[in-house]
Order: sequence, then structure tokens, then C-alpha cells
Amino acid sequence: MTAVLTQTFFQHALLAGTFIAPACGLVGYFLVLRAQIFTGDALSHVAFTGAMAALAGGYDLRLGLFAATVGVGLLLGGLGRRGRPDDVVIGSVFAWILGLGAFFLTVYTTSRSAARGGAGTSVLFGSIFGLSSGQTTLAVLIAAGICVAVLLIARPLLFATLDEAVAAARGVPTRVLGLAFLALVGACAGEATQAVGSLLLLGLLAAPAGAAIRLTDRPFRALALSAALAVAEMWGSLLLSAEAPELPPSFAIMATASAVYAATFLVRPNRALRTAAA
Amino acid sequence: MQLASDAALPVFSWNLLNDFQDMWSYLSMVNAFRAGAIVSVVCAVVGWFMVLRRQTFAGHTLSVAAFPGASLATLAGFSLSLGYFGFCVAAALVVAALGRKGRESGAEESAVTGTVQAFALACGYLFISLYKGLLEGPTAMLFGDFLGITTGQVVILAVVGAAVFAVLAVIGRPLLFASVDPQVAAGRGVPVRLLSTLFLVLLGAATAEASQITGTLLVFALMVIPAATAQQLTARPALSLTLSVLLGLAACWAGLIAAYYQPYPLGFFVTAFAFAGYVLAHLPRLGREVLGRVRTPIATGGVA
Repeated sequence: MTAVLTQTFFQHALLAGTFIAPACGLVGYFLVLRAQIFTGDALSHVAFTGAMAALAGGYDLRLGLFAATVGVGLLLGGLGRRGRPDDVVIGSVFAWILGLGAFFLTVYTTSRSAARGGAGTSVLFGSIFGLSSGQTTLAVLIAAGICVAVLLIARPLLFATLDEAVAAARGVPTRVLGLAFLALVGACAGEATQAVGSLLLLGLLAAPAGAAIRLTDRPFRALALSAALAVAEMWGSLLLSAEAPELPPSFAIMATASAVYAATFLVRPNRALRTAAA
Repeated sequence: MQLASDAALPVFSWNLLNDFQDMWSYLSMVNAFRAGAIVSVVCAVVGWFMVLRRQTFAGHTLSVAAFPGASLATLAGFSLSLGYFGFCVAAALVVAALGRKGRESGAEESAVTGTVQAFALACGYLFISLYKGLLEGPTAMLFGDFLGITTGQVVILAVVGAAVFAVLAVIGRPLLFASVDPQVAAGRGVPVRLLSTLFLVLLGAATAEASQITGTLLVFALMVIPAATAQQLTARPALSLTLSVLLGLAACWAGLIAAYYQPYPLGFFVTAFAFAGYVLAHLPRLGREVLGRVRTPIATGGVA
């Protein structure tokens, strides 16, 4: 156990995870509150294609990753009415984009030397134990930037989320906020892809936030709780995965996050009934 | 960027008769075309109702459940079809049960769906990594592969497809009514809840079928895109349903032909063709919007 804790790969994972998790918790809270989970999902698939396109073109994976997620986040915000795009449009576009990702994956794995077949899997399902020290530093910096940005716009964004019409009337720039938020979601999706992979990042965005919303009705407490839960789940699952090496870390993170979310249904099972009665 | 080498691949000639004779000399290709036809027809019809009911997110969740199903079947050594259908239909029942309770809280429901979805994918990944014999990794399951389709699988696809159509034939009319106007339908005594559960089960079965062709991640290519294209082109139910079937079939077969001659995954071609149709269908409307935007200021200027 202690032997694993001193390994550099584990320390990198722990450091990166400690910053990526709160970023996902904060962004995820607003994503759930604004009912934009589907957008996060679409972005997560774009992340795969962006990363694969960069690899196939011979660039750094992260360049394609962030360019794709932030770019498409802004695009979705620009296309849809009031920054909330239509499900069918998103669904059709992301199916096509994902297909392109599969195409780039084939280009990458067949055109270059062997032993690159794992690239697709590691982008899809993450490889937090595979981060180098340079990758860790960059991931930490970007994640810290996302946290600060979300906290800066938290108050007006909350206002715009809960009552868009009143917020707009009071002079809150709701459209700009919506766009800025989608750009942050994009950056966050790129970050989370490095930790748990593009397919699983939705869980990291949705589960802590959903649990926090179930546990408290007060917005800022829920925001803090969401970030705290995400960090706790990240630490717990990294330890779990170090303890039981046959469990991939991405699975451990998803399993812990889902278990915590499921537990909140046991803690306050009657909340839906109470709100319906009120 | 280098393209994948295609030295070992058959060459496409424009003599289509020869091409089909060539392709259909392999049993696996014949099976792939049969399976493709069955799946694209079933998915186009079920997907048409799904787009009408705005349940694409549910459809996506069900498709995700196909991945752990298939990988568990590989790990535990039971039939792939059982893995696909079992998991998708079970997921449909779970979504139906959860959706009924959390009808009021939309935001929370989507958080639950998202979490369940990610957890299902994570389980699939766990099964794949526990089963070490899979050389290709999860890519074939996720992005589609047409080489492994057996005659037995085709028979199962056909039987499930026939069952889906039989149920749809019975509930089609009330389902259409309930989809277009649930409140009025409920007022007229249509069992809206029962229909919605039944439809989710059908959706599960159709998704399981599509997963076996396009891969679990790309089922939208056969389920959503043809239906969305058809509903864009015409508002008449019967016509757009027919159109959706034709579009789905065309995308699937064209994808199979392309995948036979090129080294890239089948799912990519099917999505690319289907999406091209979708974009083409939207071009006239987009053109009108752009023209309208250009014209509007001139018109208001004239009035002022």
C-alpha cells in the first residue's frame, strides 16, 4: 500500500485528480442545474475526435482535445436558441463527429508503427495513471483556471440559470454568460478526458453535482459540496485502484461516484414527493 | 496525414453488378447485408417515433447499455445477442421505472441518466480489461464491425425485428396520438404510461439491433438521423415514416459497400452517409434563413 503511494505515477495521478475533480464538480453543478447534461455528453464525444484528429495529424493530443471541446462548446451555444441547443441536432452532429473519431483512430493506428492500438482506448477510457510530470503540471494549471473562472461568474450565472428573464431584465448579460459557461464546460471536458476518458467524463460531471443537489437546497452550499464530493470520490477511488490493480482507475472513479450518488437517494428518499406536494 | 494502406483490399470498380457478385461471394458479407437491411428498417421506424417523442437522450442511454452487455457476454462466454438484447431491454425497463417517478424534476433526471450512462460504460471497460484475450480492444464493439455477423445472429435479428413490428402494429396509432399530444390522449382514455413503457422496451430492442451493426456508440446513425432527416423533409406521418426507412436502408447499405472496399470502420461510413443526407435536407431551410436575414433589414428600411 505505502509502496504504491510513493510511486511517481500515483503521485501525478493524485495531484492531477485533486485539481480536475473540483473543476468537474463546479462545472457539473451548473450543468445539472441548467439541464445541459446532454451538451456535456456531446462535448465528451467531440473530445475523442479532437484528440484522435491531432494524433492522426501528428500533433500533441491535448491540442486537438482542447481545440475541439472549447470550439464545439462555443458552436453549440451559438447555434441553439439562447445557448441551449436542440437534442436532435446535437444527437445527429455528435454521431457524425464520433464516426469521424473512429475514422481518425483507424488512420492513426494503421498508418504508423505498431503498439499504438491502445491510443483509442486510453482516450476513450482515460489513463490517469499514465500522466507524465509535464502533463500533470498543465492539467493542474488548466483545472485551477477553470475553478477560478467558475467561481468568478458563479453569482450572475446562478441568477441567469434560475430565472433567465428576470436576470436579463436586471442587466445580467445572460447570452454572454451562457457562451462563457459552455466554453468552460468544453475546457473541463478536455481536462476530464485525461483523467477518466471521454466516454466516462459525463459521470464525473453529473454524479457529484447530482448528489450535492439532492443533499442541500441552498445553491452555494451545493456548489461547494459538489466540488468536495468530487475530490473525495477521486481520492477514494485512486486508493481503491492502487489497492486492487485489476480495477482500472476510470472504473473505480465511476463506481465510487455512482455509489455516492445512489447513497443520496437512501439518505433523502422522500425529497421528490415533498417538492411535488409543496 | 497519411491514409491507411489499402494494398490488401479489394478494388472498387464502377461495374456494380460485378462488385455485388464479388462481395456476396463471402457468406459474412451476405450476412452483413441481410443484418443491415433488417436493422436499418427496424431502427428507422422505432427511431421515427423516438424523434417525434423527443426521447433521444433515453435512446442514447439505452445504446450505452449495449456495451457492458456485449463485453460481459464476451467475458462470461455466453451469446453476444443475449448480451445485447438482455442489457438493452433491462436498461429500458430501468429508465421507464425511474422516469415515472422523477417526471417533475427534469434537471435531476438528466443527472441520473448521465451517471447511469457513464457507470454502464465504465462497467463495460472493466469487463473488457478483465478479459485479456481481445486483441482489437473495445474498438470493434464501440464503432461497429461487419465481419463477425453469423447466420444465427441474422435469424435472431429478424425474429426480434418481427416482434418489434408486431407490437408497433398494435400500438402504432395510440402511440402516435400519445406522442403528439399526451394530455389530450390521456383525457381520451389512451393508456399513456403503459404506451411509454412499451415504447421504451421497443426502443431497447431496436438499439440492441443497431449496436450490432454500427457499434454501440454510433447507433444514432441508424436511429435518429434518418428519422430527423425525414421529419425535416415532410410533415405527413406516413410519408416521413417511409422516407425514414428508405434513408436508413440507403445509409446502411452504402456504408457496408464502402466499408468492404476501405479499411475504415463500418460505423464511420454509416454515420457519414446518414449525416450527409441530414445536412442536405437542411440546406433549403438554412438557405431560406440566410436569405431572410439578408432581406429583413432591407424590408424594414423600406417601411421606415
